[in-house]
Amino acid sequence: MKPVYLDNNATTRVAPEILEEMLPYLTDFYGNPSSMHTFGGQIHKRIEDARSKVASLINAEPEEIIFTSCGTESDNTAIMSAVGTMPRKRHVITTRVEHPAVLNFCQHLGRKGHRVTYLQVNSKGQLDIDLLMKTVDDDTALVSIMFANNETGVLFPVEEIAGLLKEREIPFHTDAVQAAGKVPIDVKKAPVDMLTLSGHKLHAPKGVGALYVRKGTRFSPYIIGGHQERGRRAGTENVASIIALGKACELAGSDLEGEMSYLGRLRDKLEKGLTECCPDARVNGDVDNRLPNTTNISFEYVEGEAILLRLNEYNICASSGSACSSGSLEPSHVLRSMGVPFTAVHGSVRFSLSRYNTEEEIDRVIEIVPPIIRELRQLSPFGREKLECPPGLETETA
Amino acid sequence: MWEYTEKVKDFFLKPKNVGEIKDADAVGEVGSIVCGDALKLYLKIDKESGKIVDARFQTFGCASAIASSSALTELIKGKTVDEALNVSNQDIADFLGGLPEQKMHCSVMGREALEAAVANLKGEAPPEHEEGNLICKCFNVTEEKIRKVAMENHLTTVDEITNYTKAGGGCGECVPNIEAILTDLWSLKAPEKTAKPKKLTNLHKIALIQEVIDSEIRPGLQADNGDVELIDIEGSKVTVALRGMCTGCMMSDVTIKGMQEKLRELVSDDIVVEAYQ
Repeated sequence: MKPVYLDNNATTRVAPEILEEMLPYLTDFYGNPSSMHTFGGQIHKRIEDARSKVASLINAEPEEIIFTSCGTESDNTAIMSAVGTMPRKRHVITTRVEHPAVLNFCQHLGRKGHRVTYLQVNSKGQLDIDLLMKTVDDDTALVSIMFANNETGVLFPVEEIAGLLKEREIPFHTDAVQAAGKVPIDVKKAPVDMLTLSGHKLHAPKGVGALYVRKGTRFSPYIIGGHQERGRRAGTENVASIIALGKACELAGSDLEGEMSYLGRLRDKLEKGLTECCPDARVNGDVDNRLPNTTNISFEYVEGEAILLRLNEYNICASSGSACSSGSLEPSHVLRSMGVPFTAVHGSVRFSLSRYNTEEEIDRVIEIVPPIIRELRQLSPFGREKLECPPGLETETA
Repeated sequence: MWEYTEKVKDFFLKPKNVGEIKDADAVGEVGSIVCGDALKLYLKIDKESGKIVDARFQTFGCASAIASSSALTELIKGKTVDEALNVSNQDIADFLGGLPEQKMHCSVMGREALEAAVANLKGEAPPEHEEGNLICKCFNVTEEKIRKVAMENHLTTVDEITNYTKAGGGCGECVPNIEAILTDLWSLKAPEKTAKPKKLTNLHKIALIQEVIDSEIRPGLQADNGDVELIDIEGSKVTVALRGMCTGCMMSDVTIKGMQEKLRELVSDDIVVEAYQ
């Protein structure tokens, strides 16, 4: 049975046309782009082509793009560079719902003596921009706020934030790993100083990412060694994957609007189908401002890992914010920050689509999920009538 | 992805003995929806023979929680109440062909539900509701439970305690307390590993403190890119300075306390370790 893959915020299938484009650089053209001979040196040009394609997806200049090994490296590099080039400024601002690549790195800075502010979000997962601007001070070395949330798909108003921070001359980094290739990004309109993107979230292979650094932004490299990437990121280029990332950005940009409306239509159908067929199911996050491919649904009174493993029997792939499925004992920090009640956090399931999903697949999921939820609820001691909720729990916020 | 055995998968996908028993003789309820798993166990007991003739369950939780609950009911059916109480959490795990280490708390929940049901049968308050010294606030775990589960399963590390009870798996604030409980528990049981020197001259003591810091304490800190430097020894007061990653680390108090424990264990009971300011 072919898998129904609805976990595209975790990773995506490598597009066949991208694979085709990169393969020669793993077979025939294996030279080192830094070499003097034509055999290696000619590859340098292909890397620069890829750089232009990545730049063009976000309306940047090619020289503003640095290739890295992944989104996490780009995030770490951006934050390290900001605090490293402004050693006297000791304050970093981020949000409570960031990806661990930013969140845990900020916590690490906090342990080493930086002051870190973690901005709260409301029940829809939205930020209070006024509060952000009040939190900013002369000591602020960097604000790092994600473009789109990986769990809920909620979009932050990056354009507005970037504009406000530019006026105050505060460096701003955004992790756009989930947003790139799913919604338009224009660094000329949204004047961010640094922006992260990752290959494997937009149909390139794992192990390649990029960091946009606006011209004129103070920068210090994170990985030090050779002169690659104009001295801003050492290490022999991951040639094939960089070419793949270039192709991926080209593909994503070629029909972004068409893809957005296709994904949005399928996602809405899935969401409507599931919430209509399953009682006590709620959608988490701001449904008016989010990625077109993501829905995060809480099936109350059942546990997410159990749902995922039952879905697994039908070869349907999704993910969950429940404690048990995370490998830790704590449920999703994103949903908890939004004040989603425990009854709902544990039963949350994220479905994230890609251009390869079909209407038939969505129909199949709408057919299979409701009986699974019903069965697991029959197993559960809780339920609408069964649950004796401790006072205050339903409205408790983190 | 958890590595579940075929039997766990089987008992999760097709669980046996699901549901309520309307006229149950005993009901045991443990866990809560907040903690992410909960189990309600129903028992029907034959008055004449004292045997458990039916056992059913309702579980909110992950695959291994559901499988463990179902396994428990299979294990205790046909047994007398006293025989059933001999079923340990390890028996539940063994019945399922083993559970992933991080999921052992599911088997412990099964055992607890059984105890709660038996208490209910005898008209006692469920053991969980007894007054206890709350250690883990995230998952509501008392000192008594940690001690009990540690003893029954021979657990010696905080990670094991977290795997079996969830304690310490949330904010992590209680980890030092769990460490202290374990030290207390096993230092009472285990024979003295190293005989402490009886009487020490000052010179001896200083040399010994230095040796313990170099061989027992620094390697652990250096593994985390930290370090410690011995600044001064005045009587029993040992002053040290934390270096490297230990500088400004939130856990530095715990590190200092751990050092003190170690020095007390290996050098002298009255040692006090202080951080150099």
